[in-house]
Amino acid sequence: MKVLVPVKRVLDYNVKPRVKADGTGVDLANVKMSMNPFDEIAIEEAVRLKEKGAATEIVVVTIGVAKAETDVLLTARAMGADRGILIQTDDEVEPLAVAKLLAKVAEEEQPGLIILGKQAIDDDSNQTGQMLAALLGWAQGTFASKVEIAGDRVKVTREIDGGLETVDLKLPAIVTTDLRLNEPRYATLPNIMKAKTKPVAKKTVADYGVDVTPRLKTLKVVEPAKRQAGIKVGSVDELVEKLKGMGVA
Amino acid sequence: MKTLVWVEHDNQSVKDATLSTVTAAAKLGEVHLLVAGKGVSAVAEAAAQIAGVGKVHVADDAAYEHFLAENVAPLVVQLMDTHDAVLFPATTTGKNVAPRVAAALDVMQLSDILSVEGPDTFTRPIYAGNAIATVQTSDKKLVITVRGTAFDKTAATGGSGTVEAVAAAGDTGLSTFAGSEIATSERPELTSAKIIVSGGRALGSSEQFHALIDPLADKLGAAVGASRAAVDAGYAPNDYQVGQTGKIVAPMVYVAVGISGAIQHLAGMKDSKTIVAINKDEDAPIFQVADIGLVGDLFTLVPELTEKL
Repeated sequence: MKVLVPVKRVLDYNVKPRVKADGTGVDLANVKMSMNPFDEIAIEEAVRLKEKGAATEIVVVTIGVAKAETDVLLTARAMGADRGILIQTDDEVEPLAVAKLLAKVAEEEQPGLIILGKQAIDDDSNQTGQMLAALLGWAQGTFASKVEIAGDRVKVTREIDGGLETVDLKLPAIVTTDLRLNEPRYATLPNIMKAKTKPVAKKTVADYGVDVTPRLKTLKVVEPAKRQAGIKVGSVDELVEKLKGMGVA
Repeated sequence: MKTLVWVEHDNQSVKDATLSTVTAAAKLGEVHLLVAGKGVSAVAEAAAQIAGVGKVHVADDAAYEHFLAENVAPLVVQLMDTHDAVLFPATTTGKNVAPRVAAALDVMQLSDILSVEGPDTFTRPIYAGNAIATVQTSDKKLVITVRGTAFDKTAATGGSGTVEAVAAAGDTGLSTFAGSEIATSERPELTSAKIIVSGGRALGSSEQFHALIDPLADKLGAAVGASRAAVDAGYAPNDYQVGQTGKIVAPMVYVAVGISGAIQHLAGMKDSKTIVAINKDEDAPIFQVADIGLVGDLFTLVPELTEKL
């Protein structure tokens, strides 16, 4: 079974985002970009499925600027993906359009399973996987903390508000990863060198005939309201007094 | 505008998240509700009592018992013939189903909205809440998930909606429910609690987490939360996690014990009315957002606090 893993290049999660003074967005000039953390988990899960013999080939796909090839596709191949697809565009592509492009890739590649991160840490949308499942008419196992393939079905344990839930899905299916699914491996230097020899197909949005015109227009981006500086109390007694003053306790 | 609100429930009672979503929907226009589930007549009746609601569409069928997205989304899509917008609470159910509905309608979803600025304009957090974007949609039908803590709850009583049955769209056969492990708790639900006591990695072990955090929470009538570090270390179950990837909370008082305050954690709690931090590191980032800070060893301070309350 072939596994398709879509990944996204985002602002590194350790970097504190700075809102541009003109309110047009977040400043991404000269800041570290990396693979979305949830997507690393998706790659790791695909590689583990391959190691267990459940997957035969791992194809990683990204939609974004040319630099995504070195920033994320290389890492993905170094972690164990077999080949990459870069759909190059300098425009921001919304989840709906990403899902449409991925649906086209899925038609071409015919994967048995598509594993995505549950959300990208830049737009925090949490939509692409579900949308892709809808477009393909496949089952979806979102927020997965455990994935078990058995024949033509996949059992997915999902993290839900009250605890955990297990669903049994017909393959082909979509899985989106939650944080606790696995601990992604590091791309080692020899593997990074080796990854450079693994192929990457370079495509453009136009190759897929998908209309990626944005449906949403960002009117402005602002910093959230700053919290007022607080006080430090010197003892538990003072804290208790404060809490009582607020009507708590 | 005619809006449809997904009623979050457990086949027995309406969850609070629904009430905040109704508030958001009412800003857009007439509010109809959808109760999908199995054996949900009591839920439908309770939903009809919510202040200001019109029609309550009820789809009672075994296919909807576990709210599987594959089965539920076609039902919502069908109801969108007669509605202009559908709003889901941004719960795991809402997040699972809403994008599937949006793609089927060929519209972009608006995730986790914080405010309604106009019939097509909304604000939402991006970058773990480090920026707030105002976005305008050009889509004809709206699919929205609503951040519960950003909207007041509509009164659960006083309404007189009319209950109307909807024909079930059937089971797609793509997925089946295979079981669940729901954490049981006597304490208030995390996302709707007025007070939350949250523990971090500094607690050191599951035993100490429960020995220190639980009594303090019980004294305050609070819900218990945790940082990702505490959850990953196994001190607390997953569904306690507060943060960008866990639950978003905004209680009256949030007590952070032994939590440094990483941006991913702050994303989940920085809209709390009052933040109290107890940490031995006076340079911990949590003190930059805390209204009341207490620097010191939590192993002596927390029991003392519990004692004196």
